[in-house]
Amino acid sequence: MTKIIDNIFANSTRLIAITVLFITAWIFTVLFQESLLSMQTFGIDFVTESKWAPNLEKFGAFAAIMGSVISTFLAMVLAVPVAIGVAIFLSEIAHEKLKAPVGVSIELLAAIPSVIYGMWGLFYFVPIVRDLFGGIGIGMLTAGIVLAIMILPFMAAVTRDAMNTTPDILKESAYALGGTKWDVVRDIVIPYSKAGIIGALILALGRAIGETMAVTFVMGNVHKVSWDLTKPATSIPVTLANEFTEADTDLYFSSLFELALILLVISFTIISVAKFYFLRRKRRS
Amino acid sequence: MTATQKRVLINRIVMGLSTLSAAIGLFFLFWILYILVSNGVEAINWDIFMFEGAPPGYEESGLKQALVGQLIIVGIATLVGVPLGILAGTYLSEYGQKSKLAETIRDISDIMMSAPSIVVGSFVYAIMVVPMGHFSAWAGIVALTIIMLPIILRTTDDMLHLVPTTLREAAFALGAPKYKVITQVVYRGAKAGILTGILLGVARVAGETAPLLFTSFNDNFMSTDLMEPMASLTVTMYNYATSPYEDWQRLGWAAAFILSMFILGLNIIGRLVLLTKKGK
Repeated sequence: MTKIIDNIFANSTRLIAITVLFITAWIFTVLFQESLLSMQTFGIDFVTESKWAPNLEKFGAFAAIMGSVISTFLAMVLAVPVAIGVAIFLSEIAHEKLKAPVGVSIELLAAIPSVIYGMWGLFYFVPIVRDLFGGIGIGMLTAGIVLAIMILPFMAAVTRDAMNTTPDILKESAYALGGTKWDVVRDIVIPYSKAGIIGALILALGRAIGETMAVTFVMGNVHKVSWDLTKPATSIPVTLANEFTEADTDLYFSSLFELALILLVISFTIISVAKFYFLRRKRRS
Repeated sequence: MTATQKRVLINRIVMGLSTLSAAIGLFFLFWILYILVSNGVEAINWDIFMFEGAPPGYEESGLKQALVGQLIIVGIATLVGVPLGILAGTYLSEYGQKSKLAETIRDISDIMMSAPSIVVGSFVYAIMVVPMGHFSAWAGIVALTIIMLPIILRTTDDMLHLVPTTLREAAFALGAPKYKVITQVVYRGAKAGILTGILLGVARVAGETAPLLFTSFNDNFMSTDLMEPMASLTVTMYNYATSPYEDWQRLGWAAAFILSMFILGLNIIGRLVLLTKKGK
């Protein structure tokens, strides 16, 4: 009897664990099937054309893809230096008594839902950008800044964790040789935890590119590629969030599903690179 | 300037810059908290809990439907996602261990934890909303459960792993079958860690908006029918905040305040649980 229960328990845990793989595969399959119509209709034009005209049944995702790339790039440019600064502060500079409260604050900042960042961006950041840079305040630049602020705490926390893997004994040896804190950070901490730091940054990139709510409020959902960053723009998640409930034709739906598939493939690839190429070593140790 | 002076100077500059970075991070935390509290406290009153949504300009409008909907959707997703996640995590830590299958499941869960949640929303739209012909609370629940599963699975796996092997061996030596060892010894040893994992997982899922936009959708009125669209705090917040009406925006801030206090509260409790455990 116990043997039977034992078997049932073991097999049901395995079954449920395998479900995770199954669901992941299912998501890819469903998105692929749903986007077949769009793929057959537009082929490669889907990613190179920027004309997105639902009324004409013409769908080109170039503007959305570029929007995702540019807003994420802006966010990374703004967030990476600050995140590394915060990480250095938390791992090397801060007094022991400060480390925990500041670290926890940064982690709490990472826990605030992105919809709140979006709302805060819309009501408090849009006017600032409008006054400083002109335009209507809604657009690529605002989206990049809000995205940077949203991704900063996560990026800083993971980078700090990577830096904290440096053995104390290495750092102490360098201090004993008369190194300043910066010498230790530059010559010991960064070389030692380089893979982890790069992995952390790429992981944050993977999250930023799929982030929806923080940017949906402030981007404007306009399918146009423009070098003027203060102009309203769109990105893949913004298009999905705004148009999924409005789509009325099969082709429109199929195009949105193809966008979702493109987004999933991009972020899946980025996150895999971060996890497998750079962060793998961390788990083994 | 001697080389040493130069080194000390550069050191000072870099230290200053990185302290400044930390100050920037904290500045945003306090700014956001200040805005949430100042707008939230102003907007919150009893009416919010008493009344359902109403057209703009209406005196008697509130968030009752969104609060109830949020509790139902997140509550059921938790009830489904947590046991499944714990059992799956149990497999990884206790049975699969370092096997190829277990490692693959770990890798895929890690990736799915960071994958865009809006994609999960569109997936659930295709498999549930389209066949059913309309939005439903169930679709939202399924979307949140899919997002929650890998989170609970990975924390359970990590936390069970921390339980010393000697405890298991002692139980085995007494003749206990494996499922008993797991449920009565290993789970007890990892209780605090698993609880923290659950709290953080719920906190994470409770703030999700994108996967609910086209699954559970929204409803201005109170509804407890899981087959029908259902309001949630997050989607209601999004709709109200992007509306041009001031009284709706105020309700949006109230929703933002309630939601973020709930989530920050869960995070803080989760940390305290682990801390008190460590203190013992």
